[in-house]
Parts: sequence; structure tokens; C-alpha cells
Amino acid sequence: MPYLGSEDTERELRRALCNPHIQSDPLRYRNTVLKVLRAMSQGVDVSGLFSEMVKACATVDIVQKKLVYVFLCSYAALNPELSLLVINTLRKDCQDPNPMVRSLALRNMTNLRLSSLVEYVEQPLTAGLRDRAACVRRVAVLGWAKIHNLQPNSETDAAVVNELYTLLRDPDPVVMVNCLRALEEILKEEGGVAINKPITHHLLNRLKECDVWGQCEVLRVLQRYRPQTEDELFDILSLLDASLVSPHPPVMAATLSLFLGLCSALPAVGLAALERVRAPLLTACGSPSREMRLTALCHIQLLLRSLPGLMGAHYKRFFCGYAEPAYIKQRKMQVLVELVNDDNVAMILDELRGYCTDVNTDTAQAAISAIGGIGRSYSDRCLEILTGLLGLKQEHITSAVVQTMRDLVWVCPQCSDTVCEALEGCEDTLQDSQGRQALLWLLAVYGERVSSAPYTLEVFIDGVRSETSVGVKMELLTTTMRLFLCRPAETQDMLGRLLHYCIEEETDMCVRDQGHLYYRLLHRGIEETQKVLQGRRSDPSLGVLIGRPAEPVSQWACSFNTLDPLKQGPVETEPPSRGSPEHVTFDPKPNTDLSETLDCSQIVKLHSASDRASGCSDSSAEGLASSVAPPLSLSLTPVLSPEEFERLWLQRQDLHTEQDAEKREEEEDCACLVEHIRGPAIAHCSPQSLQAAMQLVNIQTLAFTPPHTLPWRVYLFTHTQHTHSGNAPHSTLIVGELLYTGEANRRVRLVKTGSDDGVLVEGSEEEHVREGGDPTPAGLRESARENGEEEEVKVTLKQQPRDDSALKGFLSILTTVLHTLSSERA
Amino acid sequence: MISQLFILSSKGDNLIYKDFRGEAGSDVINVFYEKVTALPGDQPPVVMNHGDLHFVHVRQGGLYWVATTTADSSPFSIIEFLNRLASLVKDYCGDLTEKAVQMNFALIYELLDEVVDYGYVQSMSSDVLKNFIQTEAVSPRPFSLFQLSNVGLFGAETQQSKVAPSSAASRPIQSSREQGGKSEIFVDVIERMSVVIGSNGVLMKADVEGEIKVKCYMPNCSEMRIGLNEEFSIGKSQLRGYGAAVRVDEVSFHQAVKLDEFDSSRILRLSPSQGEQTVMQYQLSDVLPSAPPFRLFPTIERDSGGKLLMYLKLRCDLPPKSAAINLCASIPVPKGSVSMSLELSSPDQSAELKLQSRSIEWTIPRFPGGTQLSALFKVEVPGLSPSSLMEVGPMVLNFELPKLTVSGLQVRFLRLSPVQPGPAQRWVRYVTHSDSYILRI
Repeated sequence: MPYLGSEDTERELRRALCNPHIQSDPLRYRNTVLKVLRAMSQGVDVSGLFSEMVKACATVDIVQKKLVYVFLCSYAALNPELSLLVINTLRKDCQDPNPMVRSLALRNMTNLRLSSLVEYVEQPLTAGLRDRAACVRRVAVLGWAKIHNLQPNSETDAAVVNELYTLLRDPDPVVMVNCLRALEEILKEEGGVAINKPITHHLLNRLKECDVWGQCEVLRVLQRYRPQTEDELFDILSLLDASLVSPHPPVMAATLSLFLGLCSALPAVGLAALERVRAPLLTACGSPSREMRLTALCHIQLLLRSLPGLMGAHYKRFFCGYAEPAYIKQRKMQVLVELVNDDNVAMILDELRGYCTDVNTDTAQAAISAIGGIGRSYSDRCLEILTGLLGLKQEHITSAVVQTMRDLVWVCPQCSDTVCEALEGCEDTLQDSQGRQALLWLLAVYGERVSSAPYTLEVFIDGVRSETSVGVKMELLTTTMRLFLCRPAETQDMLGRLLHYCIEEETDMCVRDQGHLYYRLLHRGIEETQKVLQGRRSDPSLGVLIGRPAEPVSQWACSFNTLDPLKQGPVETEPPSRGSPEHVTFDPKPNTDLSETLDCSQIVKLHSASDRASGCSDSSAEGLASSVAPPLSLSLTPVLSPEEFERLWLQRQDLHTEQDAEKREEEEDCACLVEHIRGPAIAHCSPQSLQAAMQLVNIQTLAFTPPHTLPWRVYLFTHTQHTHSGNAPHSTLIVGELLYTGEANRRVRLVKTGSDDGVLVEGSEEEHVREGGDPTPAGLRESARENGEEEEVKVTLKQQPRDDSALKGFLSILTTVLHTLSSERA
Repeated sequence: MISQLFILSSKGDNLIYKDFRGEAGSDVINVFYEKVTALPGDQPPVVMNHGDLHFVHVRQGGLYWVATTTADSSPFSIIEFLNRLASLVKDYCGDLTEKAVQMNFALIYELLDEVVDYGYVQSMSSDVLKNFIQTEAVSPRPFSLFQLSNVGLFGAETQQSKVAPSSAASRPIQSSREQGGKSEIFVDVIERMSVVIGSNGVLMKADVEGEIKVKCYMPNCSEMRIGLNEEFSIGKSQLRGYGAAVRVDEVSFHQAVKLDEFDSSRILRLSPSQGEQTVMQYQLSDVLPSAPPFRLFPTIERDSGGKLLMYLKLRCDLPPKSAAINLCASIPVPKGSVSMSLELSSPDQSAELKLQSRSIEWTIPRFPGGTQLSALFKVEVPGLSPSSLMEVGPMVLNFELPKLTVSGLQVRFLRLSPVQPGPAQRWVRYVTHSDSYILRI
């Protein structure tokens, strides 16, 4: 900001600069120049002194020269004509016997950043490349890069490029590294400096001479080199081994980056390199600089994605120090959650419990959700801590605990009893909307087990007029509806009041529309309402998916040693397991409620349809009851060989076609099902992650096309084991194909299990829900996504012997896995 | 690659701004400061971005040292660069404060000019730089060894003439050259310990990170030899000597250190460059060679009047000749605490209730080894519930242990060659800081 008196200051300084007495006294002259610079760095506009400063430049005093150059470089762009005057002085300085003066002049000549001056600069730069003094050559080399970027359209001078390549053999290591840098910039269009075998070996041999910064640069450039033979590769690796454990974190990181690039075809070597850097990374984690600690932590998180056991023994290193900033504490907790195992769980939980009462609320909440993350594997211990925390009756803690419980219960329904007990009485402490939404959601799902639920709701409904959060209102509506279904007598009156309020008084469009939706829904009768609202519970059989499979190194290698790992929201309060599938897919956010219901109805429909097909003509209510599927387990044994699979698949194929022509009674021992699964952008998934995810739920993938090819297919098989109401275990074999053609299919869903009326029923339901759902933001988003980039995967399943409930159970598992995968990608 | 670099004071005043590549305007300073101030708390994320521009910053000396760069640059390099720059500035200006930076802006511009060209780091070694840097540092206050009033870190016991004051090493490195006198060398062994002791008194975590720093003000010292304990051993298995072993888990050395005599007789050889250098870093995890320096024996209860009663006994297990100084214990108390009455065992201690951080700060200026202190706090907490007792603790200690290393590492001797003419002073100083010393209750 310009000072008010800037003109006075400028006038005074000009007078001083022009004063011959001052000019004749070097010390006073220098001090005046210093004053000009001080004014400049304080924000005073002193650009008017340009011509006086140009004169001050012609001096023998190096300090003064340097000061003047700082000034000239800042203001040259404003005075291109006057800058011409400087060039003369600068060119004269380039002939100076003192190398320091020469390099200074050359550097500032190129720093003026005036394309009009380029023609005057080229000659001194050419001379500079052959200068005796290394410091001049360093400057000259980079000078060419500066000039090139000033005139991006001009042709690159082949002679200069050649000269720069020659200078790679310069005895001064900094000149060598600067040549690399300059060539990278000048040859950017051609992909940078050519890295061939001789250059690589030359650079590697001289690596030791460079300082930390030079080594990093060389290692970065070498990433483009691909060794020709395996022997050469291993020679390079063993040469670099010492840098891998360098005490300087930048060198260590750059070397590891290079290692991972070179060893992309040899995963085992890459993993061994990760083991090697464990010690230096841990040292960096304890560095006195907290920024360095953070960087190391973020990169450890990357490494843990591929080697979850890497830091297991060192978990204590990730305990938080008292004075550490919140962003480090949160990262450390994220790492701790990853490191939990049977041996250390008690220690880690003990430590995390200590953080829950941290003064910083973000840290406290992060600790609580970290405990929730561990709760997926050790639910009893964690719930004990969480319920204990509720006793503190503090707003932010209670809110975080309730949210954590909501997330936990979704994946571990077995915890619901404890959670229900804990919920009693915590509504008074909850103040923020996130926490109250979580509480309402829990009441909606477990309302029949929490005795005080209607009273809690009553308080909410009485205060709905003063409620500001739309999310809470929406959640309140859904909860009241759901509670009404299981406890009608207690809730009927308040539901009426709430609906009245929402439809008549509420100003927010979303809430009003949802009120309308429920109102109309109730008009259709209680059964319809139940169908829509009694959502699917999380599937306990999916519990195994929590443990994330080890990713291949290549998944993250490209972001290693870049700013990416540090960027992802350091103030997030969620634990790292947020990347775990369910959490992302099914995070019961208030607004996704409706879409969730949509999904549910789809599955319910499938159930009823297939039930009918199998001939047990249940009423739809009974069909619903059975939607809480009987225990179904999948197994991979006996293993199916590809040949066998092919035989079975083709045989079924024949049957299938025959069956269309003929009756379908003959086929009593096998079932065939074609289903379209909406949404998943699954075809872009890497085969590894698909296979890993499938294997977790005991589905074996036999063959697949590479990603991004069309049509994209996956063949898979599994055995279901299913206890039929006390009968002996009954097992079936399912073979299946996933097909993705890439066309944006029309949103038609067909269940070809047989009877046509099943299709009809489902179609109408679907429309009904959609009609009501669209105006809400969730609905809008949903439909936008569908219309825009909706992709469908066609699933064809064949089962032997026939068992419809097992088949539909399997399908629901498969759907969930696919949704999980696609959302994880998203 | 660094596009721009600027140093801001904590209030957002622009102290230094340098644009290396001319790719973005100088309004980035305001963008950065707005981002920092828009966030709650004083702990902005290290990396922030504004479109394609990425800000990486470190906090040193209460200042923001910010570099702007592209997304694919190495965070390790940039953070290391900023830290190293801060220590260079400290070497050259003598001190790292807003005032020092402001007064020496010309020197810092000169440094930046030599250190970075077109966004690429050229050299940061003070040996190379000393040939190029011509501007002289301006010290905010003239340095004098007799200024003993600000005795702090190292100089707890000034009656012993052998102790250099803590400010001795904070002066510009260049002044040694012109002022002609004072060729000094400081070897500091600094350890930071982080300890967690469970409520049952069991040592749950103990890590020590140490470093040996050499700060050299000698213009012509070609080689120095630092002898460490003969019994110094590395790793779990290796044991040396017959005395009490001094063991560390991992050691790393500065690349200029020659280790040919290290294996046989534990001698580090190096030619020190002017300014500060970290010669050796080491770590010790999970075990302490001696008992942890402090133990706590708490009794916490609700009295009949609904007050929170805390009776704390703190024992110092250091050797009798040593003492901890500037000890500050902070104990979190339940939310809603209003006031406190206290009884302390000696008059030099003090304690107060900090409502801002809802904790009690108990300060003890000096705590000799082998002694025990106690305190009784009665805290008024309206509506104290039994579960509120859970909020009490853990106790966090901050302290310094002068003239002591927890690991037991000692410098046996310090030899300079060629033998320095005139009065060369060699200082070896030891100190242990508490990085994080937590006593669970």
C-alpha cells in the first residue's frame, strides 16, 4: 500500500541521490541507496527514481551494485526504455576481472525479464558459458533457460543446446545440475533432456559430488530412464542404495521415488525399498521441524497403503506429543488406526482415549472417530470407551460420539444393543446439527429399541419452528415416519403435527417437498409406506470388507514426493478408514436418505419377484419379512478350473436359449438371472482391486478384460452355503458374467427369473418412488447423474442347483461390492 | 522449483518478497495471508493452494516463511529449503526475529540472490556463501558477553565460570571476521525426550532424539575432532567397553563428517564451516538408560462440598547433583471450573488456573534431583459429576535439564587443528528438553 507521504519520500531520496557530495562519498551513497530499497520493501512506490538508480549502478562498490540490481529488477518492467541504459553498465561488468562481478551482472541482465533486451544479452551469455569461473558458468547456463522462457515462440538454438549438453561434463557439479535444469526447460516440448545410457551413468557417477539439492534434481530427472537390461537395473539400484537411507529427507524421498519408478515391473524389489526407508522416514517423523514431521507422516500413510505392516512395531512413535499442532495429531491418529493389531490395541485405545478430552475440539473429535474406526474390528472395547465419554456431557464430545456410533453401527450391526442403551439421555447435550442428525438417524433405525425415542422426538418437533438446519428437519421427518411405522400409537399425533408444519409453514423447498412425499405415501396405505421406508440394513456379511487390501505400489507411486499427499484436508475429523468401502458408499448423510430408499426398494422388488418365481406365493409383507436374509455364506472351495467354468457356462448358455423357446419347467435344478446394476463406474477399476474386493467376500474372479476396453467383461464364480430353516446345509454353485458395453443404457431394469408380473410390479413401484423423489436435492442429484453418465453393468448369473433366496442374497452382495468399488474410485 | 518466496511477520507484514520466475503477481502475499487468517486457530495447514499456485510454509521465529511452487515439487525439498534458509538467516543476522529480519533486509536479499537462481537452489552451504556475501549484519543490540542478565537455557548456574550464557551463540557469524577477536566454537549436545508414563507408574513410551550441533566462529579451523564416550554403542546387540554402556538405536551423520576413527575410538572428524551445523543425529526408542526424571503420585477426589481436590506429589529422580529448571506442569481440569485455592510446598513455586486452556499451570523454577514437591489444589467446579474426574489429567511437564543428557552421551574431548593462535574458546554444552512429557493420572 502506498504511503501518503510517498511523494515527499521520493523527492527527498532523489535529491540525496543527485547530491554530488553524497555521490563522492561511497559510504553515504550506499546508505542512500539502502534507504531507497528500504522504502521499496516497505511498499512505497519509488519507481520514479529509476534513472537515478541506473546511475548509482556504475560503481565499484559491490554491495551497492547488488542493492541497485535488486531495485532495477523489481522496476524494469515499468521502464523498458530506461532499462536499456543499464545494459551498457551490465555488459561492461561482464568483462570485469572479478568473477563475482561478472556473475552478478550476468544474472541480473537475465533477471530484468525484458524480451526487448534479449539481443543484447545473448552475446555475454555465450561468453559466460565458456567463462573460467564456475560461478559465472552456473549463472550463464540458467540464463539461457530464462531467455528461452521470455520468448516462448522463438526457435531453440541448436548450438546452445549442444553446448549445454557438453557442459553436463563440467567439473563443477552445480554447473552440471544447472545444465540439466536448463535443458529441461528449453526442451520442454520435446519431453525434456534426453536421458540415454551414457548420460545416466555419467550423472550417477557424479551424484556424490552434488549437494542435497543437486542430488534431488538429478534423481528426479533420472526417473525417465529405463534401463535396458535387468543387470543394469540392479547396478543402478545398488549404486543408489546409500542415498535411500540418506539422513537428508529430500534425498531419501527422491531416491525412493526413483526406485519405485525403476522397479515398477519388480514389485518385490519396490517393497524391499519401502522397508529400507522405514528408518529414515521415522527419523523424519521426529524431526524438530513440525512441517517436516507432517510431510513424513503423510508419506508414511502412502506407504502403509501397500505395506500395512510396515510400521506395526513402531506404533509408539505415532503417539502425539502434547505441544504438537492439531494437524500433526490428526495425521498421527490416522496412522495409529491403521496400525492396530491384537497386541497393541489396548495401548493404542488407551492413548486415543487420552486425546478425546483435548482442549482443541477438532483433535478431540478426530480422536473419537479414530476410536470408531478401530471399533470396526474391536467393537466391544471401543464402545466401552465411547459410552464412557458420553458421561462427560460435553457438547462437542457427545456430538462426535453419536456420529461415530452411527457410522459404527452401520457396519457392525451387532453393536446396536449397546448403542441403543447409550443413546438414552444424550439429546440434551447435543447442540450442533451434525450430532443431532446422527441421533435422529439412530432413532429412526433403532427406534423400537430405545424406549424414550418418542419423547426425544417430541422435543424436536416442538422446537421445529426455531430449527435452522434443513438437514435436521429432513432427518426429523424421516425419523418420525419410520418411528411411526413401528410405534404408531405413540407417534401418530406428533407425525401429524410435523407434517402439518412442513407442508403448511415450512419455507424450505426440500423439507416441504419431502413432507408432501410422505403425506402422499401415507395415503397409499401402510404397506406401501413400509415398503419404501423400511430400508435395508447393512449386511453383516460384509464385515470382512473393512480390512482394506494392500494396494499395489503403483497406485500411489506417482504422487509420492509431491504435494498431493499433504493436501487432502488436514482438518478432516474423519479417520483414515473413511476410505474403507462402506463408509463412503453408505455414509448415511441426511440428504442421501431418499436415494438409499430407492436402492432398497430395488432389492425388495427383486426379492418379491423372485419369490414369486420360485412358486412360494408369499404376500408382499411376508416377502419383506424374509428380506432380512437368512444366513448365507460364500466359499471358494471346491475351486473351479477355467476349463470347467467354460463348460458350465456354455452348457447353461444352451439351456438358456432352449429355455426361451420351450417351457421352463425342465430346468428344475438351475436358475438363470440377468440383472442390471446401476451406477458403478466399475469398468475403470483396476483388475487388482476388483479381484481383491471380490475375494474378500469369497467370490473368485476367473478372467477379465483389461480396464478401459469395451466391451468389458469379468467372469466369476462362487459357492453359496445356505441353511434352509433347519435343514442340512444346502450349497449351490453360481457362475456369472459382468458385462459393460459402454452405451448409456436406458434405465430399464429387468429381472428375467420368469414370471412377467414381477416385472410389472416393480416397474410401477420404481416410478412411484421416483416421482416423489425428484424434487429433493438428493433426487435431483441422483437423476442428474443417471442421465449424464449413467452406466450399467449387466450381470448374468447362473446357478446350480436352483435356490432363489441364495441367488438373490448373492446378488445383493455383488451389488454392494460393485457399488463400493465404484464409489471408492469416485 | 520455487516460484516466489516471501517472509511475513505473524501480523501479516511483508518483510521480504522475492519473485524468482516472474510467473505470478505479488498479490499472492495477500492471498496467502487471507487464507491463513480465514482459518480458525493458529495452525494453518502447511500446504495450501490457490488455483494452480501452491503455498508451502514453515513457521520459524514467529515468522511465516512461504514458498510458492507447483503441485509436483517435492515437499521434502521445499520444507528443508525453507528451514535451512531460516537457519542461514539466523547464522547471518545472529537472531531470528521480526526485528532482525527487518533490519537486515538487504543482507537477506543478497543471500536469496546467491542461494536461489530462477527458482533453483544453487548452494546453501555457508562455506560457499561466505565468499559471496558482502553485506554486514546489523545486530538489533550490540553483543556483549557481560550481558548476563538474560541467562536462560544453558546458564542456570552462572556462579560457575565455565558456563557460557545462552545468548553467546546468537550473533552474526561474520562479525568474528571483522571484530578480529573472539574465535569461539560451541558444541551443543541437545536431546529432546518424549515420555508417557501410565497412571500406574509404568513407563509406556520413551523416545529420545538427540543431536550434536557445532556452531563455529573460527575463520581458520581446518579440522576438528570430537571424541564421544568410548562405550557409545549403536543398535540393540552391540555393546562396547566395560562402563555403563551408552546406547542409541540409530545414528546419522552430516555428510561432511569423516568416520574413519569412529568405529575404533568413537571420534568424529570434520572441518567445520562457519555457522551452525548439525553434525550428528541419533535416536533412542522405547527405553531410557536411567529412571525417568519425574514421577507423579496423584490423589484426586471430590470433597463433600462438591469441590475437586487434587493432591499431587511430584518426585524428581535425577542424580542429586543435577536439577531441572523452568519446570512447568499443566494439568487439565474439568470444563466449567471457576476458581481454585492452593497450597504449595515451597514459596518459589507458583500455580494458577488458566480458564482459557482450562488447566492449572504449576511452575517450579528449579527442581533439584532426589527431592519431592507437593501441591494441593482445590478447584471449584459447579455441578461436578463423578465422570468429570475423567477430564482431569494427563499432566504435561515442560522442563529443561541443563548439563545433562538422558542418553548419557558425553563429549570426551574437542581438539582443533591447526592449534589455534590466540585465545580460542571451546564450549561444550549439554541440555535435555522435554519434547512431550506426559504423566497419566
